[in-house]
Amino acid sequence: MKLRKSEMAAIGSGRGTMDSQNQVQSDTVDRLKLLYPNVNEEETPLPRAWSTKDKFSYIGLSQNNLRVHYKGGTQGPGRRPHLPYLHLRLWMYRHGKTHRDAASVRATHPIPAACGLYYFEVRIVSKGRDGYMGIGLSAHGVNMNRLPGVGRFPPGWDKHSYGYHGDDGHSFCSSGTGQPYGPTFTTGDVIGCGVNLVDNTCFYTKNGHHLGIAFRGLPPNLYPTVGLQTPGEVVDTNFGQQPFVFDIEDMLKELRARTRVAIDEFPLPDEQGQWQQVLHRMVSTYLVHHGYCSTAQAFSRATGQPIDEDIASIKNRQRVSKLVLAGRVGEAVETTRRLWPGLLERDPDLLFLLKCRQFVEMVNGTDCEASEDGANGVATSVISHTGRPHKRSNGVAADAAEEGGGRDVDMAPAANGDHEDEALPLVKGMPGVTASVAALLPDRFEADASSQRASVERMLAFGRELYAMSQKLSQDLYHKSMLEDAFSLLAYSNPWDSPVGWQLEPVRREAVCDALNSAILESQGMQWSSPVEACVSHARSLLRRMSRASLGACAFADLSALLAR
Amino acid sequence: MQQFTVFMDIESSRSYIDELYSSDAVKVMEALVTLKNSVIGSNRQKSSVISQGVVPRLLQLMSEESLDPNIRLEATITIGSLAKGTPENIDSLIEKGTATALVEMLKTVPLGSKLAEAALCALRSIFSHKPAPVDALPADMRLLTRLTQIAREDSQEARTSVIRVLAVWCSGTVEQEALTCAGACSAAAAMLVVPPRSVPSPSRLVPALELLAAMCFKNPNVAQVALNTRHGDKSIPELLMCLVSRDKPLVVALKAAKCLTFLQRAGALPADDSRIVFGALPCLARLCTKENTEDIRASAAEVLAYLTEVDTSLQRLAAISNHLMSSLADIVNCQSAAAKQGAFKCFASLGANDEDIRKMIIETHGLMVHVVNGLNNPDPCVSLAAVRCLHSLSRSVQQLRTTFQDHAVWKPLMQLLNDSPGPELLNVGSSTLCNLLLEFSPAKEPMLDQGAVEMLCNLTKMSDPALRLNGIWALMNMAFQAEQKVKQRILCCLGTEQMFRLLGDSDTRVIMKMLGLLRNLLSTRQHIDAIMSEYSSQVMQAVIVVLEGSYPAEVKEQALCILGNIGDGEKSKDLIMANEDVLRKLVDYLAHPESKLQEAALFVAGNLVWRGEAGAAARQQRLAELGLLRALKLLRASHHAAHLHDKVKTALAQFNEFT
Repeated sequence: MKLRKSEMAAIGSGRGTMDSQNQVQSDTVDRLKLLYPNVNEEETPLPRAWSTKDKFSYIGLSQNNLRVHYKGGTQGPGRRPHLPYLHLRLWMYRHGKTHRDAASVRATHPIPAACGLYYFEVRIVSKGRDGYMGIGLSAHGVNMNRLPGVGRFPPGWDKHSYGYHGDDGHSFCSSGTGQPYGPTFTTGDVIGCGVNLVDNTCFYTKNGHHLGIAFRGLPPNLYPTVGLQTPGEVVDTNFGQQPFVFDIEDMLKELRARTRVAIDEFPLPDEQGQWQQVLHRMVSTYLVHHGYCSTAQAFSRATGQPIDEDIASIKNRQRVSKLVLAGRVGEAVETTRRLWPGLLERDPDLLFLLKCRQFVEMVNGTDCEASEDGANGVATSVISHTGRPHKRSNGVAADAAEEGGGRDVDMAPAANGDHEDEALPLVKGMPGVTASVAALLPDRFEADASSQRASVERMLAFGRELYAMSQKLSQDLYHKSMLEDAFSLLAYSNPWDSPVGWQLEPVRREAVCDALNSAILESQGMQWSSPVEACVSHARSLLRRMSRASLGACAFADLSALLAR
Repeated sequence: MQQFTVFMDIESSRSYIDELYSSDAVKVMEALVTLKNSVIGSNRQKSSVISQGVVPRLLQLMSEESLDPNIRLEATITIGSLAKGTPENIDSLIEKGTATALVEMLKTVPLGSKLAEAALCALRSIFSHKPAPVDALPADMRLLTRLTQIAREDSQEARTSVIRVLAVWCSGTVEQEALTCAGACSAAAAMLVVPPRSVPSPSRLVPALELLAAMCFKNPNVAQVALNTRHGDKSIPELLMCLVSRDKPLVVALKAAKCLTFLQRAGALPADDSRIVFGALPCLARLCTKENTEDIRASAAEVLAYLTEVDTSLQRLAAISNHLMSSLADIVNCQSAAAKQGAFKCFASLGANDEDIRKMIIETHGLMVHVVNGLNNPDPCVSLAAVRCLHSLSRSVQQLRTTFQDHAVWKPLMQLLNDSPGPELLNVGSSTLCNLLLEFSPAKEPMLDQGAVEMLCNLTKMSDPALRLNGIWALMNMAFQAEQKVKQRILCCLGTEQMFRLLGDSDTRVIMKMLGLLRNLLSTRQHIDAIMSEYSSQVMQAVIVVLEGSYPAEVKEQALCILGNIGDGEKSKDLIMANEDVLRKLVDYLAHPESKLQEAALFVAGNLVWRGEAGAAARQQRLAELGLLRALKLLRASHHAAHLHDKVKTALAQFNEFT
């Protein structure tokens, strides 16, 4: 029984796109995802380590490419030899006494603008011989044979390189001479570098203390960069996988609050219309769209908004929506056929979606093709007897499962029972479902057993019909996985407590209801989505565009929080 | 038109004001409502009504417990409305005993009632006026307990009002302790909670933070109570820590940082507490930055100055936080006196101990010019703060020699000190002068020309010992390796009478510096003889006074050192030799149990018996007669004086004829 379950789960997870709600949370939380929730890493990956390619050869990497050390040129680091003056000069030249010995490494990826506020920390493990270390940012292609911020002579040759140097505490901005900026830093210090992608500024921290803004007017797409210059210099990096020394969350909160105020206080030009009216219109169309008929009428009376649709038509849609939301999909399909003939025939995909849901609802026990059970809200699932989660510990339920287990072996023909010969042919038509469907049948022949059995048979027949229907449709992954998920429900003695149990939740009806509602509206020559939804999805896509256009403020415009208000 | 309305006012108001005095409750009620409506929002109407003398009647209606509660409520609301008028309006309300009446009423009105709320609201308005009638609210425990109960349990409006009143009222140790006993800490803590996802409201938080700050200010007991007061699962410092975060309104963050600062300075939190180091300090440094409004920056600088006043590690941390130096330099440029004052004070605190920070301050662009301008600022608060800043920076030898000289800071400083300064300014200013007058300071010469000697001599006559100390200290510094004419001038100006007065000063430090001054005056041979030729009797008398008096050992040591200096003079030696009394004392001191007195006496003896100077043999003989030789030999044999043996041997070597 156990084995079979895992087998089924494996099939169930074969779906292409799994809903995140059902994904089991992994034990290791990705802190970076929490820090930068608006970054789409498929488009713009976050820097998570130093690049093994984008570095000067004097730089060595270790510890998952998070530790950087200076290994110098061909000879490698060594003790300072006892040499005559001229040779000493030569040795110094070779071992990090000149800028030519400087070497930098960039992170694997540039900082995505959608971070809003980006931050990383570097711990100085050892200052090495002279502590000539630089921490900062540089653009792709900037020469790596120097510390960040230091430009070639004449200054400004290497554009877009920014650094804070440990030996003198100066900040360097694409030039050979620094500006006094902050304190020096050395072994044991933790230096943080923050990029505010809203204001395009950069600040540093030392041991958790904000040192103030170092650079303004930063260009987009900069890479975190560190540079070392003398032997023995070693630094460790935290790109956010570990908690930071500095309280970055505090600044994030500030930026969120600021962005929110900016949105709230955005001046609305007068000529762009009467906002009150626009809002009323949005509310009214939203109510009409979703068929909240009486509310829409009341609202329209109060605000003087016209309703463009016939009241009877709204009521019809409302009726159908109610049926779907109550799980009575079969009735909804019938009503749709009657009220809008030809609609479902023209849209087989929609019909398939509805039928699929109907199947799920049959498992759920809320939909019966014949309404003699008085389906409204009364759970008449054939499976309900074999154990909701709380019945598990119950001795009777356990017995039932055991008995079932005895019977629902794959080699069913050998098992006892009168109905395995009926069960087997049924499942043949439904791939992904083994003979175990039989387990769903009631174990004991009680008074109502015959009617239950009938409904199970009805369900299986419906499933076969559904499968046949799916074969006619274009075989895309979406339909296939939908059907698989639905059928997978049958594999469990307790579908509600199964990995595919999410389908049974009433909230899942809403998407189906919306699809049907949209289709009806479209067939009537009306807009398939309400202006509110259009507005929200417009805003979402604007945020995506902002992210692509390197406008960091997109990180702090929290649409769902704004809507929730 | 104007006349017409005035006429209308009087005509229309007269009738209902008469009704106020009616015995018919209904008529009184109607009149009250009319009156209330007429004064709301109109300062002119408020003044007119007050001048018509209705306040006593309103107070009576308000306080009379037998009256209809609604009448009392309306009367209280009307008083509250009048209390929102002009300062003159409030003055006359206070004059007529409104504050006392309201306080009396609060003793009895039921908690949670509208009447209590209205009374508190009126009291709050009156207390917002300066000066607040704090005497109207006695430190009576029963009353205070009642008020803090309101602050904990009543409606939001009442709670805010009562806390505002208490915050103004709490101005001294007595009030602080009384409020703490009445449980005001927990009441304030309850107001500091910001529920998650709600927008923090400054109008609710600020009064509570102000109360907390007022209670903890320089009061270790209260601060300790506040430290241990919890609301829910958080202590007061933790609640404050939430409020200093960046997403809170600036004024809330500022006041919360102020509370943390006061807790720290009152000893409840150590200087390295994370809530100070990562909470209050970075918050204040952030509030000082250019993005904020002038008044926020000014207050933040002022609080930061207090936070960093003594602790060097906090000074170092502040100095690197968020470009504080340039933020402060920018605040100095602001127009308001408060801003300038805050920034100068903050610079003064930051530069108090650490030479590197002083260097950073001086290197901040154009700062010295601002300090000099600040000294000249007509606002005494600003000039005082500028002097504090200067005082702090004057501890740096390098600055004395370079920047201070470049900017001739002594000029405005001398001017300030000559221009009848306040006691505080005089104190800090003269301390700064002490530093400016150190020998290596090139400012010394020009300051003499400005009459520094006269001014300092006057300081030594002040009743405040700190000022006397600064005066004599500065004179001592001035006399160090000075030219003879300077020394003469000091002696002449100070006068022997004042010199003796200072030797009898109640403050030992003053006596020490006075003797130090004499030592500095009596250095180098020519100066000694020149001065002694004129002042020998006074100086000798001064030394004898000290040696005979009941002074601590270090004072007597100074006196012996003066003798030693005199003994170094060519002619002055004879003055000592002529005084048998002094010589006998000298011999006695060689055997004194206090080692430093032995050493000083040895120094005098060494100078007197030095061979190769005219009359050395005669002096040696005379001293040997008095037992000096024996005393020296004893000293040589003593195990306790092992560290003096070299000097004893040198002195004995001078006596070769006798040994």
